[in-house]
Formats: sequence, structure tokens, C-alpha cells
Amino acid sequence: MRKYVRRIKYNRKLYKHYVSINFRSMMQYKTSFLLSSVGQFLVSFNVFLGVFFMFRRFSKVEGFTYSEVLLCFSIVLMEFSLAEMAARGFDGFAGMVRTGEFDRVLVRPQGEIIQVLGSKFELTRIGRMLQAVVMFCYGVVKSQVVWDFPKVLTVIFMLIGGTAVFCGLFLIYAALCFFTLDGLEFMNVFTDGAREFGKYPAGVYGEKILLFATFFVPYALVQYYPLLYILERRTSIGYVVLPLAACWFLAPALGLWKFGVRHYKSSGS
Amino acid sequence: MKKYISFFRLRFSMGLQYRTAALAGIATQFFWGFMELMMFRAFYQADSAAFPMSMSATASYVWLQQAFLAFFAVWMMDNEIFDSIVNGNIAYELCRPVSIYTMWFARNIANRLSRAVLRCFPILAVAALIPHPYGIGAPADAGHFVLFLITLILGLAVTVSFCMLVYMLAFFTISPQGLRILFTSAVEFLAGAIVPIPFLPDKIGRVLELLPFASMQNVALRIYSGSMDTDAMRQAVLLQVFWLAAVTAAGRLLCKAAERQVTVQGG
Repeated sequence: MRKYVRRIKYNRKLYKHYVSINFRSMMQYKTSFLLSSVGQFLVSFNVFLGVFFMFRRFSKVEGFTYSEVLLCFSIVLMEFSLAEMAARGFDGFAGMVRTGEFDRVLVRPQGEIIQVLGSKFELTRIGRMLQAVVMFCYGVVKSQVVWDFPKVLTVIFMLIGGTAVFCGLFLIYAALCFFTLDGLEFMNVFTDGAREFGKYPAGVYGEKILLFATFFVPYALVQYYPLLYILERRTSIGYVVLPLAACWFLAPALGLWKFGVRHYKSSGS
Repeated sequence: MKKYISFFRLRFSMGLQYRTAALAGIATQFFWGFMELMMFRAFYQADSAAFPMSMSATASYVWLQQAFLAFFAVWMMDNEIFDSIVNGNIAYELCRPVSIYTMWFARNIANRLSRAVLRCFPILAVAALIPHPYGIGAPADAGHFVLFLITLILGLAVTVSFCMLVYMLAFFTISPQGLRILFTSAVEFLAGAIVPIPFLPDKIGRVLELLPFASMQNVALRIYSGSMDTDAMRQAVLLQVFWLAAVTAAGRLLCKAAERQVTVQGG
């Protein structure tokens, strides 16, 4: 047990170090950093505009009002941005496998995941995060939610669970690179698609999508069901901890990654 | 002219080689269209009276948008062109006895056409099998269909001529990133790629329809399902022709200015 604690502590220190290196190198190109952040903001701002104008015409969708949808959208966007900041290293992983760069990772006496995670830390997602926070504040003020402790806890659990789900998806994306040697474009449906369509509560898309989002990739556990609790459509206390259950999604993702590492054949050079 | 046609053919057949990529693209776009439709359906069920188009016209719009994504997606710009400006390979292109503008124009049209040719048919075929009103319906009539094809090509040309503006501006800014992001996100919204223009408030919609961005995907996609009346169609086609001429002229002027003071990067 002590060994594990020590290991976690050590890895945390290492990760902090990686982040600080990445941060310093990014700050060498301040203009580029600023522009990319603005870009990130603009891209998701367009999604927001879509929601905004739809609600200029319609007052409700599936019983959700504009401010309630914004609450949902902002939480998903925060989850995604957090995951993307932390786990973006997996995104460029295809290149790491193709160029044989992963060999170097394997020979170092550290865990592979922490090294890949540390290879990139995307602070530019701060632009998107900022937008999410603004929308969240607006949603909190405008929707008539009476906040109490369990509801605040639900939001925190949603952020934790959601970040875990998206990290898991990035991990799967990277693990598949071991077999395909190239990033699978189709995986974007699960990551970018979820960010894009997570703007509306999953129930909007019909029953089949909701089933898929509950049992296959647990988006609904970190978005739809806890939202129902916050909006007092459901009262069972189980909905508060439901988002944490989504963390289990990391288990098969890790399994696939471990399997992939064992099957890794160096492409040389 | 002959040399530009051969540039076009070269690029076109090159684009046709990426068939696995196209397969992944088809799956992605099909899913995207499906989700988009489910969203529209929910709004339709919430308040069908506030819906500006019929459900089946909206479905046709969404499916055509996905099928011809490669025609109108402004974010699909030619990275090779940007790279050549940044790393100095542009020098080789300048040496050739061809007009850079026309050559890049032909190349971009070929790129987009080859991508769309690979992707559109499977998407349209599956979308046609989906039951009414969520599948793609037959065109309103033969006349609409012919006009649809004409405006589709015109829209492609307007889109490419806009991208040409960005390539030309990249000569002056060298790093294209900022420009590209601004341009892409603005156009996406103004062209009706995020929300179809009829769904926007009437006043905003009326202004947008006059802007060049509405001449990209908006016209063809709406003509197909017959959600534009005759006057509106005539105006839209004339605007398309006008904007194509205007934007191309602007691009050529910029190109001249850029060529006069081009700095070849690297060495």
C-alpha cells in the first residue's frame, strides 16, 4: 500500500514537471497561443450561436428551456475541455507510433501513460473553458434551480465523471493506433461528436441514442441523468453519484491500452 | 486553358485514391446527419408551427449538406498551399508559366470534387432509404433538380474563390492560422452550416441572404427541396453569379499585389 502511495505521489510530481515544461515552451510563442485560444473560443462559440438562434424560434425542446440547455451544454464543454487539456497527448499518438518515437517511451523507466500524457498539455483549450464558465454562470442565474449541497455535489461529480469518460475515449483512440498505425477518423464521432451534440440533453435525440449513451459509452451518466436530478425531474439520491459510475469506463479503455502496448511492434528508425 | 485542365485532372485522380479515408468520412458524416436530424425532430415535436421549413425539406437539407460536405466545408483548405508559402516552395510555382490564381483554383475545385464524388453517393443512397419525412425526398420537380445541379456547382465555385482570398492573404501574413480560424468560423455561421438560414430570425436571415456566404451551400440545398419560390430562386442565382465574379476579381487583384512583393521564405 505504501508503495502505491509513493508511486502516485511521484507520478504526480512528474506530471507537474511535464506540465510546467509544456507551459514554458508554449509561452515562447505568445501570439500563437493567444490566437489558438481565440480560435478554440470561436469554434465552440458557433455551436453556442446555433443553440441561441434555435431558442429564439422555439421556447422549449423536450421540456428543457434555453437556460437549462445552456447548463447542460456548459457542463459538457467543461468536461471535454478538462479532458482535452490533460489527455491531448493521446491525440498525436498516431505520429508517435508511426515514427517509432514510442520506442523511446518504452525504454525509459517510467509508466508509458504518464509519459504520453506529459508529451502535450493543451492550455489553449482555456478559450473554450472560459466560454463554458460564462454559459454556466448564465444558466445558473436564469434557470430557476434552487441550489443545495447535493446539487452542487452532483455538478462536481459530473465534471469528474465526464472528464474520465472523455479521457477514456482519448485513450481508446490512442490504443487503436497500435493496430491501425493511423488515427481513426471515425473515433472523432465519439469525442468531437459528443462535444457537439452534448449541447442538448441526450434524451432529445430519442430513445435509441439514450440507450447507447447509457450502456455503451456512458455520456448520459455524466450529462442527462444528473441534469434531471438538478432540475428536480428526478429525486432519487442515486442520481448524485451516478456520474462517478461513469469512471468505470476507464477500465476497458486501460485494458485495451495495455493490450495494445503488449502488441506494439516498432516501426523502426 | 489546356494546362489548367490537366492540373485539374491530375488532382482529381489523386483525390480518388484515398478510398479508405472516404469510407471513414462517410460513416462520420452519416452519423453526424443522423444526430442533426434527431435534434431537428425534437424541435419539430416541441413546436411544429414555429418550424420555418417542412420536416422533409429540413431532412433533405441535412442529408445534402452531409453528402456535399467536401464542396462547402471552408475548413477543408489546401494545406500544401499554406506550407508552400511558409517554407518557400512557392518559388517553384512562381517559376512556372501559369497563373497561380487559376492553377490553385483548378486544384481546389478538383480536390473538393474528388472528395465529394467518393462520398456523396453512398450517403445519398442510404438517406433515400430512410422513411419519409426523415430521409431525403425526391426533388420538387425536374426543373428544380437541374437548377439544383447548376447552383451546386456555382456554390462550389464561390466557396473556392473565398478560400482563394485566404490563400492570397496568407502571402501577407505568412502564418495563416489566425486568419484561417477567423474566416472559417465566421463563414460557417453566415453560410448556414450551423443553422440553416431560414431558422434564423427573419431580419438577420434577410440580410444574410444578400451576403456572399449565402451563395455557398444555402442556395442549392434549399432549391432541391423546393423551399424557395421562383422570385427568390432567380434572385439567389443572380447573386451567386455576381458574387462569384466579384470575389474572383478581388482574389485576382490580391494575387497580383502578392506576386509583386512576394518574399520567398527559407532557403
